Amino acid sequence: MLRSKPVADRPDAASILKEARKVLAPHIGQTSRRAFLRTLTLGGVAMLSGCSLDEDDQVEHALSMISRFNDHVQGWIFDRNALAPTYSQSMLTRPFPFNAFYGVEKAPAIDEAGYTLEVSGLVADKRPWRLGELRAMAQTDQITRHICVEGWSAIGHWGGVRFSDFLMRVGADTGAKYVGFKCADGYYTSIDMPTALHSQTLLALTYDGQVLPREYGFPMKLRMPTKLGYKNPKHIQAIFVTNSYPGGYWEDQGYNWFGGS
Amino acid sequence: MSSFPATVSRTDPEPHGGAIHPRWLRLTHWLNALAVTIMTTSGWRIYDAAPFFDFTFPRGMTLGGWLGGALQWHFAGMWLLVGNGLLYLTLNLFSGRLFRRFFPLSPQGVLGDVWKALRGRLAHDDPRHYNQVQRAAYLFAMLDLIVLVASGLVLWKSVQFGLLRELLGGYEAARRIHFVAMALLVGFVGVHLVMVALVPRTLLSMIRGR
Repeated sequence: MLRSKPVADRPDAASILKEARKVLAPHIGQTSRRAFLRTLTLGGVAMLSGCSLDEDDQVEHALSMISRFNDHVQGWIFDRNALAPTYSQSMLTRPFPFNAFYGVEKAPAIDEAGYTLEVSGLVADKRPWRLGELRAMAQTDQITRHICVEGWSAIGHWGGVRFSDFLMRVGADTGAKYVGFKCADGYYTSIDMPTALHSQTLLALTYDGQVLPREYGFPMKLRMPTKLGYKNPKHIQAIFVTNSYPGGYWEDQGYNWFGGS
Repeated sequence: MSSFPATVSRTDPEPHGGAIHPRWLRLTHWLNALAVTIMTTSGWRIYDAAPFFDFTFPRGMTLGGWLGGALQWHFAGMWLLVGNGLLYLTLNLFSGRLFRRFFPLSPQGVLGDVWKALRGRLAHDDPRHYNQVQRAAYLFAMLDLIVLVASGLVLWKSVQFGLLRELLGGYEAARRIHFVAMALLVGFVGVHLVMVALVPRTLLSMIRGR
């Protein structure tokens, strides 16, 4: 369950969002996305016609508040025993679509030899991890439906370490609110602890039996069939446990933070 | 009222002091119109992000500016749609209005009234009395909105509402159901607006109650 603190933790969400947008603006490829930052269009419906920028800001603020409220509702609805449906190998979507805020040719190429996973925040053991150590832990796999915030879905086959096993191994404070992720492609996101501990939440190291390919997030991706695609970070470089809201790349621009399905 | 004394005394058992539509009905009607407008126009923008037919909705007709904005509108509007819808259904059911206004209803009755309407013989002299076509159309709108909310719940929380997901045939089936139900509702609204244009005093009675 999400406790009732996060809203209080973010009293000045609007100004934080503004800052984030300034920082992020150069990274946003599609100008249509930026259009939202200033304007709201309502086409033939005249209910908001003649709005000034101030009124747009107020509408944006109100919508953000409702989105935060929806985070709480989703935390409350979330059932740690509810499992996402699983599928047979024959139902895999081939090829599984590549999706990121950049084209596939820009996906980071990471050299395993030089790679370490950083672990920080509210954990007992902050020692960095090598890929081999993760591969030596108990492995599990799943064939589940990846649902994108855009609406499309695709069935994929991921394998790796159950994330709850990993959190136990590093001595994470499982009473903390958030687990955050920083990625090699500049992406970042964060999730609630109940989802982090869900039995289908996987620190994925493979895709369809092969080492996770570059386009799907080498060296590792957090795979959660209980959350939308943008909540599943790829190319993870650092994991941290915290009680202060870490936000996320898309979440800071307006996507719902909980993003659960 | 004075213009229809005979029909009023014949068909209206409702002690509303002359109101065709009680205040709660008018309020929930207009809130529903607002909610449906928000949900439809933001929903079109969400559909456009990953269309499954060979067309997209023109950007100018949509609400939200970009996908993230449309999603914010959609998941805010849902509270108005559901909260107001539950209020409407509760009051409609417990006041007895639902049964008084919408039943009896039969396929023969609907076809008979359609036939009358096509020949220009369907009387509108008593606005308290819904003909069989109106009854069918308004009940359809209620059921269609229930289907929209149910399929919407599956799209929003397909894992948490697993039973509902299976009943609707899975996530991808729920997407199609949601879309078709939207299209049917838009069709209803289109016919509804034409009818209001043909009988403008129905608009006044939905605003003033009389």
